[in-house]
Amino acid sequence: MAKKKLTLTINGNLIETAVEPGDTLLDLLREELRMKGAKKGCGKGECGACTVIMNGKTVNSCIVPAMQAMDSEITTIEGVAKGEELHPLQQTFLDCGAVQCGFCTPGMILSGKALLDKNLNPTSEEIRQALAGNICRCTGFVKIEQAVMEAAKIMRK
Amino acid sequence: MINDYMIAKTVEDALTALGNGNAKIIAGGTDLMIDLKDGKVEKETLVDITGIEEIKKLEEAGEYIVIGAGTTHQQVMESQLIKEKAKVLADACSTVGSMQVRNTATLAGNVVNAQPAADGAVALVSLGAEAKVVDAGGESYELIENLYEGLTKSKVDSSSQMVTEIRFPALTEGQGSAYMRWAKREALALPMLCVAVTLSVKNDAVEWARIAMAPVATRPVRAKEAEKVLEGQKLTDELIQQAANKAVEEANPRDSLIRGSREIRVAILPNLVKRAIREAVENAG
Repeated sequence: MAKKKLTLTINGNLIETAVEPGDTLLDLLREELRMKGAKKGCGKGECGACTVIMNGKTVNSCIVPAMQAMDSEITTIEGVAKGEELHPLQQTFLDCGAVQCGFCTPGMILSGKALLDKNLNPTSEEIRQALAGNICRCTGFVKIEQAVMEAAKIMRK
Repeated sequence: MINDYMIAKTVEDALTALGNGNAKIIAGGTDLMIDLKDGKVEKETLVDITGIEEIKKLEEAGEYIVIGAGTTHQQVMESQLIKEKAKVLADACSTVGSMQVRNTATLAGNVVNAQPAADGAVALVSLGAEAKVVDAGGESYELIENLYEGLTKSKVDSSSQMVTEIRFPALTEGQGSAYMRWAKREALALPMLCVAVTLSVKNDAVEWARIAMAPVATRPVRAKEAEKVLEGQKLTDELIQQAANKAVEEANPRDSLIRGSREIRVAILPNLVKRAIREAVENAG
């Protein structure tokens, strides 16, 4: 089976690669590009552990066909920090105790980032809606919501 | 096993690609990609329509609202036009999956995937919506409530046809709509029951009503006898209760591990119908 050429931008870098026609965006990230930040939780788009930002919107990369990402701009967790400088969200997740096992964390941060990129003054309800597609088995969600609220406060300054 | 993935730039492109008989349309893919993993897809080529500019619209056209097949659930729920003139649809779309799913999944896909209680589709049935179905032989508008062949099987054949747009009459003065849903969780949960109501009120009486219920059969069900109970009648609490009771008689929910027992759903359904009617009347203005 012939591979298909795929061009896309990931974390600001132009990537020219090739994928199997049936590959998912998650396959491309983890297997081809060895970017392990996005996780395979359920493989069905029901847990959000694979969340990435595609053209400004969060998607479940485990069910997005890789080819559908042609010419798109992708942000993964690897692209959230600026070198050694953590994004406010990453800092508040640490400071608020919003990370336990860490498996849901990349997806949670990206969902939070996609929200704050558009709305720096979210209500509790808006945070919950934005993160409703990300399941956490450890924290009980409360500190995650606090961390997003706290990051918004910091970013408003 | 998928051997090829084509990105269509126009509807014509897509239809041409389907011409080889071994291809299938993919839009958002949130259902199709799972089917693929489960080995349920027989075709070997996927034809991606998400890049087709002409199907990305969401606009008013005369008395209709027209939603292109490339429009996602999130776009529908955020649209000011839909919130004002088809609230039932905005509310229904907002209940689907999660932000990640809504950003990818299309409203048209919600119809073509033919699940028994696809929220967007149920709302569209109450709006009297039509889908424009296009193939090599031409195009036609089909009433969405008539597009169900059987359980999870649409009359639209995605290996030879595609839906390019959905349209329905925009709600006007005196017309209201509402969506009620009962599910285990606020997100990432299929509905145990959902009811969509669209109606027209004049001088405190119902002119006409469309009540769509699901999952109470293999497809969204119009509670036509319940609608007749309301038609031409002055609105009272009693009338609404009568209509709700009638609606339950027209529903046939079964015992389901995913959707809940028949017993409890038959008990809850009249309340959902009542609430949906009341809310639709309230926002009929």
